[in-house]
Amino acid sequence: MTDTTVFGLCAAAAVGLGLYGLITNPQPLRKIVAFNLLGSGVFLLFGVVGRRGAAAGFGNDPVPQALVITGIVVAFAATALAIALLLRLFQTAGSATLRDGAPTNTGIDPTGD
Amino acid sequence: MLHPATALDAVTTPGAFLLVLSIVIPVAGILLAFAVGGRHIERIASAIMLLGVAVAAAIFVTQQHSDGPLVYLLGAWAPPLGVALRADGLSAVMMMATAVVISAVGIFAGADFRPGAAQSREPTTFWVLLLAIWGALNTVFLGGDLFTLYVALELVTFAAVPLVSLDGRAETLRAALRYLLFALVGSVLYLLGTTLLYGRYGTLDVVLLSHQIRAEPVTLIAAASMTTGLLAKTALFPLHLWLPPAHAGAPAAASAILSGLVVKGSFFIMVRLWFQVMPGLPGFAATQLLAALGAAAILFGSVVALRQERLKLLIAYSTLAQIGYLFLMFPLALNASGQIESGGALAGGLLQAISHATAKAAMFMAAGSIYSVLGQDRLEGLSGVGRILPMSVLAFAFGGVALMGIQPGGAYIAKELLLQAATETEQWWWAVVLQTGGILTTAYVLLVLAHALAPAAKQIALDGAAPRIQEAAALALALCSLLLGLVPWQLYLSIQHGMPSNLFGLAALSKSLLTIVGGAIAAMLLGHWRGPLAHLPLWKTLAVVIDPIRRAGERLEGIDDILRQWSAAGISLLVLALAFGASMLIAS
Repeated sequence: MTDTTVFGLCAAAAVGLGLYGLITNPQPLRKIVAFNLLGSGVFLLFGVVGRRGAAAGFGNDPVPQALVITGIVVAFAATALAIALLLRLFQTAGSATLRDGAPTNTGIDPTGD
Repeated sequence: MLHPATALDAVTTPGAFLLVLSIVIPVAGILLAFAVGGRHIERIASAIMLLGVAVAAAIFVTQQHSDGPLVYLLGAWAPPLGVALRADGLSAVMMMATAVVISAVGIFAGADFRPGAAQSREPTTFWVLLLAIWGALNTVFLGGDLFTLYVALELVTFAAVPLVSLDGRAETLRAALRYLLFALVGSVLYLLGTTLLYGRYGTLDVVLLSHQIRAEPVTLIAAASMTTGLLAKTALFPLHLWLPPAHAGAPAAASAILSGLVVKGSFFIMVRLWFQVMPGLPGFAATQLLAALGAAAILFGSVVALRQERLKLLIAYSTLAQIGYLFLMFPLALNASGQIESGGALAGGLLQAISHATAKAAMFMAAGSIYSVLGQDRLEGLSGVGRILPMSVLAFAFGGVALMGIQPGGAYIAKELLLQAATETEQWWWAVVLQTGGILTTAYVLLVLAHALAPAAKQIALDGAAPRIQEAAALALALCSLLLGLVPWQLYLSIQHGMPSNLFGLAALSKSLLTIVGGAIAAMLLGHWRGPLAHLPLWKTLAVVIDPIRRAGERLEGIDDILRQWSAAGISLLVLALAFGASMLIAS
């Protein structure tokens, strides 16, 4: 089993776990963490792809590295935005649930998860 | 004209600096807003809008007079090493439509988001986000490689999400967070596909990739995951959990942008992907599946729209239905050899997108004026509003007529082009869906108009005022949408058999009449509107027929509630990805 295969399988596992977490976890914060895991899987895949370019005599294919850096910046921005929204939601509603029909801006929701 | 998979462009074409300008100008506006900021924000935004419209018009004209797409190579590096911006007929038309809608919304918002000393940061935020969406959408329309498109798509989302929660209420914050999280799933799936494609072919440039792409397992996985991701961002049924609360909760100007333009961004990338990058890959089964989702969106969106009690939610569900319309073109564009071909069907789909963008933005703006005057937007409370706000109600009516597919609206031409393609490719079932969709659209538009034009039972307490300029902006945009059908589109889009002629012939008029009558019946059957017939004794005897239909409507609404649960949407996402992969595998 070569390095790229191992890393490829790790990437696949991270993507799978991330997707699972995003779909099944009801709490927004966990969803955000799961999104980051999913994103890491994809970035690792980019790394694997870049490593495969090394067969042509390069140390590493630089294009996927450039793409990964951009991708990480985008994912970081997304996480920051999501956290900011979540914080504001918690401050305004007193709970951080995504459920429809949860009490709106009227006081604190004791049942919120 | 659209040129799929042309020879590789090694040089920047003359006049292509306009493409850079169209992206740089909104971004410069944002930077200026932060630097100068505060009280001048509205003036900066207006100046940027004038410039932006001028650039979009210049691109439109230059593109039409050039032989192929306009190409700008960034830093003069040619793909695969560099990144290209390309403007073909599709991009030019979409950019022009975007510029028009943004300007109209800008005029509308001028009255709502006037920066004042005592006010919050809301106006500044709104204008900055508006310009950001514009710049990002222009990047979506011009991006020449799949990764640039990914970044542009994310920029659109990042600018659109805060627009939802501009007023900072818990309800809208929740809607914004739902929107952001689901959109992020979609974009990561898109990025996953991009990675796989780069790993296999070593390039992400649209033109280069279209030459190399073959039906292999890794390509099919990439295609399926990118398609599903884009559908999640476009909110195609059943991946629409975020759309109704987000679009209905936002301030009117923001809803107009979100419903009119933002969902078109990911739709446009979908068109690029299926029509230009991999026209031979999807094949019959995948296109049928896509259009079937579109048909389901039309049915669910329209029926649930008919059952809404609030005007803005009704319009939001109508967007859901109209998004479904956009996906009907894919099977109709399939030629005999299983290739997706850019022809009449694509032109029809694009026209549908443009007429929806203009009409829906106008309808949301009209609803915003109504809301600010009445202080609420319940359908029951709309009676008499036709007297108070005739211009807004007229704008809503014009926008609605444009959506129904009645001449001379752009949607009429779109429907005719799609029907033509359905006849040519012998897929009569999509023609049925198109006609039914027109009838259902008519139903909810009539439902609103019937309430708005009814005489007021008692004196209406006015909650606020709608500035005349707001109403005028909505009306102008609605008129724009209504007159789209009179534009000679064959000059700008590739339409083989020419435009449908004789807009006002007897056959065309009788077809429209049929749509209106059908719509009125559907509104009475499914909506909360009884109409003048409800007092007749005949109505009671008809109850045997009506009640089951109404119960079916209720059931559809119940299913919609279930599908909008996060877990149901997640499972649909996975199932769709698998289904697209499998159906593409069959095709290859």
